[in-house]
Amino acid sequence: MTQVSTLNIPTAQTLSTEVGNPWANIGIFLVFVAITLYAVLRASRKTKTATDFYAGGRSFTGTQNGTAIAGDYLSAASFLGIVGAIAIYGYDGFLYSIGFLVAWLVALLLVAEMLRNTGKFTMADVLSFRLKQRPVRIAAATSTLAVSIFYLLAQMAGAGALVSLLLGVDSKLGQSLVIAVVGVLMIFYVFIGGMKGTTWVQIIKATLLLIGVGIMSVWMLALFGFNFSAMLGEAATVAGNPDFLNPGLQYGESTLTKMDFFSLGLALVLGTAGLPHVLMRFYTVPTAKEARKSVVWAIFLIGGFYLCTLVLGFGAAAIVGPDAIANAPGGQNSAAPLLAYELGGTLLLGIIAAVAFATILAVVAGLTITASASFAHDIYGQVIKKGKLDTEGEMRAGRATVVVVGILAILGGIGAQGQNVAFLVALAFAVAASANLPTILYSLFWKRFTTRGALWSMYGGLISSVTLIVFSPVMWGAETSFFPEIDLAIYPLTNPGIISIPLSFILGWIGSVTSKRLEDPVKQAEMEVRSLTGVGAEKATEH
Amino acid sequence: MSTIDYSDFTSVQKSEQFQSLRTTHRKFAFPMTIVFLIWYLGFVLVAAFAPEFMAIQVLGNINLGIVLGLAQFVTTFIITGAYVAYANRKIDPIATDLREKMEGAGAVEIIIEASDDADYATTGKSSGE
Repeated sequence: MTQVSTLNIPTAQTLSTEVGNPWANIGIFLVFVAITLYAVLRASRKTKTATDFYAGGRSFTGTQNGTAIAGDYLSAASFLGIVGAIAIYGYDGFLYSIGFLVAWLVALLLVAEMLRNTGKFTMADVLSFRLKQRPVRIAAATSTLAVSIFYLLAQMAGAGALVSLLLGVDSKLGQSLVIAVVGVLMIFYVFIGGMKGTTWVQIIKATLLLIGVGIMSVWMLALFGFNFSAMLGEAATVAGNPDFLNPGLQYGESTLTKMDFFSLGLALVLGTAGLPHVLMRFYTVPTAKEARKSVVWAIFLIGGFYLCTLVLGFGAAAIVGPDAIANAPGGQNSAAPLLAYELGGTLLLGIIAAVAFATILAVVAGLTITASASFAHDIYGQVIKKGKLDTEGEMRAGRATVVVVGILAILGGIGAQGQNVAFLVALAFAVAASANLPTILYSLFWKRFTTRGALWSMYGGLISSVTLIVFSPVMWGAETSFFPEIDLAIYPLTNPGIISIPLSFILGWIGSVTSKRLEDPVKQAEMEVRSLTGVGAEKATEH
Repeated sequence: MSTIDYSDFTSVQKSEQFQSLRTTHRKFAFPMTIVFLIWYLGFVLVAAFAPEFMAIQVLGNINLGIVLGLAQFVTTFIITGAYVAYANRKIDPIATDLREKMEGAGAVEIIIEASDDADYATTGKSSGE
């Protein structure tokens, strides 16, 4: 209790500018940049073909790729956002992390291996395999770009919030400058290193992140004599709320907020296997078996990580206190850094700050290469140039897109400053679950699926989820909205999944059964046989 | 089934061996997906609409909500392990056998090349139009 009373609001505020040493944070971050830069430069020497650029030459092992998947997936929103959500809302924050983990079973059982066997670089490769190339590719690329940009905005906004907390940069201009630096660095990484470089950045980052949260969790538990129950008790006492350990603090207010929570859960569990930057990772391994191994590794690493966030979240509530966190600069996102400072002083804060920066940098890099592949390979290479582009042309287009996406991300990130990070990610998941997953599942498992079904489902899912978001309390009327003064929220929930996900499944079905033009059964046979056997898709099979 | 032409996808698709490969995969993946989705969504619904149930104390300050939440982690790990064991034992042998037969037949176009020979134009041919 004594620790808690010393860290009240004013102390928390001075932490960012005086107590924590910004130069230590920057110094440790620069070490990370130097190491990853070396990895990227090394990778760039071996990046000669489009397969190198978009799929890392399919040369990664399942273990490496699994670690990279964890790197891609455990964004700043997961690390800072979930620790913060648990620290402030108690049990409801924990509910978030469960959905993020369970979702991987969809990827493992239904998607990863078959996707690896039927595609080349992107989700659109699979979806357009047996349907009409042009329209399906354009639709898949559109939803890929939409999901990636949503996710990118969340990451870049997170970078701004982090800066205010860790470097003591409070001015808008200073934060914008740091976002720009992060963006430029990331453009450079992806531009020269392609998927190989990006994958190594993910592996390094995931390792650092997991070691960091692992050490902090053990430390945290040790403080309470490895008595988890005692830690929970202290957290509830400091929070001053007996319901802190029970569900309902964030979502229990009314039936509407409960529905909202269910909608979020649905989006999380079905969205993961539709996230384009996760799907693209399955192409970096040589075989379907390695793709399976990747997911298994990813599940164990991600599961371990979320168990740590449970400890850190309640630990931050017990040691720092929910009120101090909520009132610190950076708000909810400051829980993990504040806890690090309480535990290990300037040094641990510096390390955790650097890890958080690295996280943003790496996830942004992964999203950028996905967006670039989807534009350069799907739209430019396959639709505009009709697949006649040579490998050099494809890489030139890819690199040009990297620069454009990077600049858009920087501008968007500057514009989106101050928004809640985990929340924007949840929206990206809703779009992925509605626009991508139904079509992926239908085209892999349902013979009768048609082009019309795919288009209805993808555009229906994308348009309905974006429209619902636009007319939700996220935009209008609530305290945290973009426009708090005007109430145009027709849709009462903040997550569109509960409507948009079933809607896009239904649209895919209706569109298909009403199609007069049936799809080519020969292509269907080819896709199904390839997806299950992996024939023609594995390195070892080359003649 | 001596009449299967292993260089022809439609012929392979109709073969008994391929049908059994498909059934073997679906027999595990589909029911398991339904089970974990119901288990997860049911958990979320109970947490949202019956928080007093989740608040039941189990051990010290650890309540049913924490226990069931951790149980979600455990079942996820168990299903992962079970699928890998099943795939190694039941799915992979059939898939490998079929793949080797098809490659032996020789007429299967390689769509996904390795980095060493990146002849890019190959997927162009497999377009549906």
